[in-house]
Amino acid sequence: MPLFAHIDCNNFYASCERVFNPSLIGVPVIVLSNNDGCAIARSQEAKDLGIKMGEPLFKIKDIVEKHNISVFSANFELYGDMSNRVMTIASQYSPEVEIYSIDECFLNLEGISDNPRDYCLEIKRKIEKCTKIPVSIGIGSTKSLAKTATRIAKKFQKKTQGIHFIDSEQKRIKALKWLKIADVWGIGRQYSKRLISYNILTAYDFTLLDEKWVKANLTSVGLKLMRDMKGIPSIELENIKEKQSISVTRTFESRKEDLEDIRERVSTFACKCAEKLRKQNSLCTQIHVFIITDYFRQDLSQYSNSINIKLPYPTNSSIDLSKFATMGLEKIYRQGYKYKKAGVVIMDFVPEDNLQLTLFENRNPKHTLLMKAVDKMNTHYSQDLIRLACQSPGKTWKMHQDHISKRYTTNINDIIRVKA
Amino acid sequence: MKSKEPFIKTQNLEIYKVDGSKALSLPYIGGVRAGFPSPANDFTGERVDIYKECVPHPEATYFARVTGDSMNKDFQEGDLLIIDASLEYRDNQIAMIFIDGEYTMKRIKKTDGKCFLLPSNDSFPLIEITSESNSQILGIITWSFRKHI
Repeated sequence: MPLFAHIDCNNFYASCERVFNPSLIGVPVIVLSNNDGCAIARSQEAKDLGIKMGEPLFKIKDIVEKHNISVFSANFELYGDMSNRVMTIASQYSPEVEIYSIDECFLNLEGISDNPRDYCLEIKRKIEKCTKIPVSIGIGSTKSLAKTATRIAKKFQKKTQGIHFIDSEQKRIKALKWLKIADVWGIGRQYSKRLISYNILTAYDFTLLDEKWVKANLTSVGLKLMRDMKGIPSIELENIKEKQSISVTRTFESRKEDLEDIRERVSTFACKCAEKLRKQNSLCTQIHVFIITDYFRQDLSQYSNSINIKLPYPTNSSIDLSKFATMGLEKIYRQGYKYKKAGVVIMDFVPEDNLQLTLFENRNPKHTLLMKAVDKMNTHYSQDLIRLACQSPGKTWKMHQDHISKRYTTNINDIIRVKA
Repeated sequence: MKSKEPFIKTQNLEIYKVDGSKALSLPYIGGVRAGFPSPANDFTGERVDIYKECVPHPEATYFARVTGDSMNKDFQEGDLLIIDASLEYRDNQIAMIFIDGEYTMKRIKKTDGKCFLLPSNDSFPLIEITSESNSQILGIITWSFRKHI
């Protein structure tokens, strides 16, 4: 019988901060998005104080001060490493693992244990001992049921001890009747609105629908989901795939009007994309650039545009991508607007060792060696030691990270100080 | 690997620059002499890897730097510590513990239902851990390193 476990870290970013500063345990903690804009993670205590996901810091300043909430800038280097630890441990318990996001994974438990609940208790104990990151685990005969079970485990922490197993038809129905339609995995806001208008209020109502109707109204993806929630495994484990697109987008520290300034940003974003692309040994064949003015300042004139460029040859060279990105920017840039945000997305990857490609290309093979050398220097010495001349000299732009914790696990100068 | 253009060229000598970017790091096997291969050739092993040796559980391993001298019989200020969070505490081991708002490391002693943290410097007091103390063990200190130059 198919069996899946879904492991979900509780309040992951906040929990990462607590590993290295346990005095944060039991107190409200929030983590801010890039540039310290919005709350993107909240500890349970912060949730209980009514802080909503995505709320801008300036809106919650009063609550933060009144309740002495600990505020952190996102430390993705730390979170990434802690995530890696959690996933590595989880992977030791099943030959088939799907890492679903930075803080979630699925395990195929079919035929692995006679007592899945105890088995997952051991997984939970091991993860929590080795990483200090609390997790919740849901178990079910399909992925969507396992994910539903995790919700229950989280919601009823005390009763479930953080683990819930949907191991009977009765429990499945009970769980689905409890789960609101808007909270069903993969049902977005649009669909849930529509379903509610048809009086489909819970996941259970959803599973009772006619298959033809579901397919017509929610596509075959919706149908798959519905079957999966009925207990018929329809969503398979996905192998860890290489990313199929990479994007780097940022909100500017201040509004920018000048083409020069924005060009520098876009060029830097393109280089960051290229760096990530080289890490996974791929080349890209398409690049997308966009710019937006500040939507919240309706008193200023608004403009936004984007452009897609098919590259003449596959590449992962910072020089090439920066060149194409700025070319694109120059096409969409209009003078007289104050821009707030820009981004670069690269897509349509092909593996670097795909020799066939070299037949048509006129990519510069010298770039490959040059980029290797640049990456090596930037890893060994300081981040961004070597940049393209069109990239920032460091002073024009800096990410706001006023409350960032140390890189306790990835930088020798930042490791824990222990008082003897 | 040599590049195409000689770096220095005289009448009977050409010196080429070495392209180090393609160099591989291999274990040294001994010089090759014609007709007399090294008897060790068949016995090449991997070089000692201190990281592998000291970090058997990378996903559970943390590093720390010592400050203070309450454990002066074991560590000095500045020592680098390896902490393994996957291990259970055993007698006489030194644990890294979070207590009173900071990380410290001590031996743990349990007597008469009480629990104490033992410093190794005699001029420091025992610390009793009660149910009220907000404490947590991160892991066991498995190695310490000191730089001597």
